[in-house]
Amino acid sequence: MLALRVIPCLDVKDGRVVKGVNFLELRDAGDPVEQARIYDREGADEVTFLDIGASHEGRDTILDVVSRTAAQVFIPLTVGGGVRSVEDMRRLLLAGADKISINSSAVADPALVTRGAEAFGSQAIVVAVDARGDGKGGWEVFTHGGRRGTGIDAVQWCQQAEARGAGEILLTSMDRDGTRAGFDLALLRAVRSAIRLPIVASGGVGEAQHFVDGAEAGATGLLAASVFHYGQMRIGEAKAALAAAGLPVRPLAESV
Amino acid sequence: MRIAIIDPGSGNLASVLRALERVVAESGRPAQVAVTTDAAELRAADRIVLPGQGAFAACRRGLDALPGMVDALEDAVLRRKKPFLGICVGMQLMAERGLEHGNTPGLGWIAGEIAPIDPRLPDGAALPLPQMGWNGLDLAQPSHPLLAGISPGSHAYFVHSYALAGGDPAQLLASTDYGGPVAAIVGRDNLAGTQFHVEKSSLVGLRILANFLNWAPEAAA
Repeated sequence: MLALRVIPCLDVKDGRVVKGVNFLELRDAGDPVEQARIYDREGADEVTFLDIGASHEGRDTILDVVSRTAAQVFIPLTVGGGVRSVEDMRRLLLAGADKISINSSAVADPALVTRGAEAFGSQAIVVAVDARGDGKGGWEVFTHGGRRGTGIDAVQWCQQAEARGAGEILLTSMDRDGTRAGFDLALLRAVRSAIRLPIVASGGVGEAQHFVDGAEAGATGLLAASVFHYGQMRIGEAKAALAAAGLPVRPLAESV
Repeated sequence: MRIAIIDPGSGNLASVLRALERVVAESGRPAQVAVTTDAAELRAADRIVLPGQGAFAACRRGLDALPGMVDALEDAVLRRKKPFLGICVGMQLMAERGLEHGNTPGLGWIAGEIAPIDPRLPDGAALPLPQMGWNGLDLAQPSHPLLAGISPGSHAYFVHSYALAGGDPAQLLASTDYGGPVAAIVGRDNLAGTQFHVEKSSLVGLRILANFLNWAPEAAA
């Protein structure tokens, strides 16, 4: 049985870890490489870095962070934020990333998904979708860190990403992000029924039961940032909750 | 000992290189690990690793584009019996042919072809595709040297939409369950391949890589 993946996300700016609440207020708290190592030892199934620096100087700091992490952490590493071209993807993959997450740049140029998949394989291309409820039962895609509405239907955009060669969808609920109220399960179910790609759910985790809820709504990866980063929850608690619900997990003993 | 990692042009070699360097450092044995595109360098290697990502056809083209590489590989692996490990598409290339993006010949070292999978639950519900994540290993040949210290059910990291079909059960070392059995490790004699990313499979993967460095298939035969 394929195990559910528990994925801590580290928001990185200028080589340091930060975390926004509702994408706005940032608090600085740590070295991303050391954080990734701790998460690996605690049983994380993957690690995601989201580079929110996005300046040219920031580009080089994330490459260094990725390179140092990949030399010490032998689990999959996804990197996103500010990736605009196949060349950006190549640099991150060569530095040691396994998957590249693209968001605003894919919305602006959907062919970038295909170009990335053709160059590096679909397995390397994650399309990150930031979705917000439109008040009419649907969800709208937002870009630029959630600041810009696009008018695009999120479920249709996920279908298009799949058709264009993405290997995975990272689905973030903008409404839930930072609220600790749990994943947006209606959004997850809607996307699950529309595509066959693996879905990583993101945005809203506040307690261990939320991981179970996300898995039961169809996510195969379950991502959280602040609850892990500020120590409100350990990776092992999330896995224990999944296991207690009868869902398959990779045991901690295989990480330490 | 010289360990050569062949660069077929599409793989994430940094991870394979770092994982092997880590395993070598932990072994305390002198060994050089190097990425190569050079057939002469490959002939000088004691152990050979072929990673691969992306599409079967593209990886095969990448391998064929390296002058003399396929001949050097066949000489080293088939005639001189150097231990060989294929990873992901590198493992798939060991089969007779691949059906991704056309019908492409493989190296023909193990039986079967690489065909698309359509994993489903018993009730017919489709499982996500690609298979992406950690899945348990069912050990078909638990006494194989590559599986030393690997417990049944140990998890490895898979990412794939194609898998070996029509293989020879005698060449199956381990399988995994994704809507039915999927070949996870194959091999015979001095060659082996993992469908999963051994370099990204944490302690389980590092142990298999360490076993590969210690593997003495000639002595066992």
